[in-house]
Amino acid sequence: MDYKRITIVCGHYGSGKTNVALNMAYEQKEQGKSVAIADLDIVNPYFRTKDSIEELNNRGIKLICSDYAGTNLDIPALPDEMYAITDNKSQSFVLDIGGDDRGALALGRLAPAIVKENNYSMIAVINMYRPLTRDTASTVEVLREIEYAGGINFTGIINNSNLGSDTTAKDIINSFGYAADVAKLMNIPIIATAANKRLKAELVGKTDNLFYIELQNSLTI
Amino acid sequence: MADKVLMKGNEAIAEAAIIAGCRHYFGYPITPQTEVAAYMAKKMPKIGGTFLQAESEIAAINMVYGVSSAGKRVMTSSSSPGISLKSEGLSYLAGADLPAFVVNVQRGGPGLGGIQPSQSDYFQATRGGGHGDYHMIVYAPASVQEMAALTVKAFDTADKYRMTSMILADGTMGQMMEPVDLESLKVNPAPEKPWATTGTDKKREHNIINSLYLKPEQLEQVNFERYERYKEVEKNEVMFEEYLMDDAEICVAAFGIAARVSKNAINAARAKGIKVGMIRPITLWPFPKDVFKKAAEKVHTFISVELSMGQMIEDVKLATECKANYKLCNRVGGMIPLPEQVLADIEEAAKGGNK
Repeated sequence: MDYKRITIVCGHYGSGKTNVALNMAYEQKEQGKSVAIADLDIVNPYFRTKDSIEELNNRGIKLICSDYAGTNLDIPALPDEMYAITDNKSQSFVLDIGGDDRGALALGRLAPAIVKENNYSMIAVINMYRPLTRDTASTVEVLREIEYAGGINFTGIINNSNLGSDTTAKDIINSFGYAADVAKLMNIPIIATAANKRLKAELVGKTDNLFYIELQNSLTI
Repeated sequence: MADKVLMKGNEAIAEAAIIAGCRHYFGYPITPQTEVAAYMAKKMPKIGGTFLQAESEIAAINMVYGVSSAGKRVMTSSSSPGISLKSEGLSYLAGADLPAFVVNVQRGGPGLGGIQPSQSDYFQATRGGGHGDYHMIVYAPASVQEMAALTVKAFDTADKYRMTSMILADGTMGQMMEPVDLESLKVNPAPEKPWATTGTDKKREHNIINSLYLKPEQLEQVNFERYERYKEVEKNEVMFEEYLMDDAEICVAAFGIAARVSKNAINAARAKGIKVGMIRPITLWPFPKDVFKKAAEKVHTFISVELSMGQMIEDVKLATECKANYKLCNRVGGMIPLPEQVLADIEEAAKGGNK
């Protein structure tokens, strides 16, 4: 994938944006870029980028996040280091933004500088198997709310429609029409269809621009 | 539209409540159950329902009392510290014989504690956090699908027995995402409620919802009658799952997330030739006493796996009349036992052999 200096990853909570954001950082690192990932989620205290700190360290990707992420303190705190996102123009950044309009407020603080520099992409991660974004109308409504609160408009979509570890290739293929409709209504392109690596063989040739993702380590219980 | 949806446990509860005909939600946000309220806030206005964020937990539970008095299906949800605040209201609901649905997505305690999962409100739920002689029907789901199915069931039993039904989940169950089949939920419409305060139309005596009785003899009689109804609940509503119990000599007792961890440990122990199984209570009250009592005829050791300092283990001992060996396998404060910890305790029990 081609990346701008700043990649903003947004989506409704549970859309899979944190996993997409992590994998976008991994890919940029593999492309030889100096990249950092910033966790600016002020909504959900669970399933944070910080859960992958070991993997990020191993790959040499810097993590910017609140000291309180992953602790018992559930407060909407942001890291002071977040100003490096707009100040340090020699580095690429992936931004993981909280899952609704309130989460996107954190982005609003940085939006004017990001728009002014004009070297960014704003990605909408969508999942038609989530209950509040099951149809195009409700998905577009959520995305518009995020744009309004964040002060930046989306530039592209990643279709991450999935049913967790039960996802089949057919589930993903069945979401193509939905993703196309959302893209049309938002008037932005589908940049990629995300899929777990294990479905690679079944999905090759079914759509352009497949983006294979590795999942964060999780306990199977 | 998709057949299955990928839902958080909290969302599954909210959607299932709507499917069960609940159009009134009152709550106050607290992690890790906030998605129940967030989902209701989004959905209720679109279907002509009421979502109200009350000024406090105490206000929310008393709004539940009001709507239930008017005969409508109603719910509230919270997490541990919030349920403590609602406990006075739970006692008043019981005293007035009002049906209600209450959700507790537990977090580590006591006090403000933390936001990670816990099962340490078992006593509070099964022994009554509020005052007076009363019970709630307490369901302990172990999957997101069960969060939905038991929510629908809880509305039915609450109406049927005119009492509070509670989902006692933990933070993991609330937050984890799994595919859910909503079409499979079996929904019964709410029964007639001739006792509700719905207006007399000048055709009948007015109904009174109250928990105050001026004469002690009368209050005693009401308590006796309520406990006759509780006996019916104990007879009809016990739910549990048995796993590999046919030839088991060791029995793991676990509910909710602890049961999922334990299943992995049991499979690993079986691979090593250890005869171990599990009884997973799905209702914590009424507790599945009979199945434990029967198991005690063959089982030499019960291992209670809990995210508490040992609460359900007391019910296991009572049900089996303290006839076997008992071992508590636990983590607390928001920590979850790993399958390896459970497996180690199973192996130790297997070495110990018969009592």
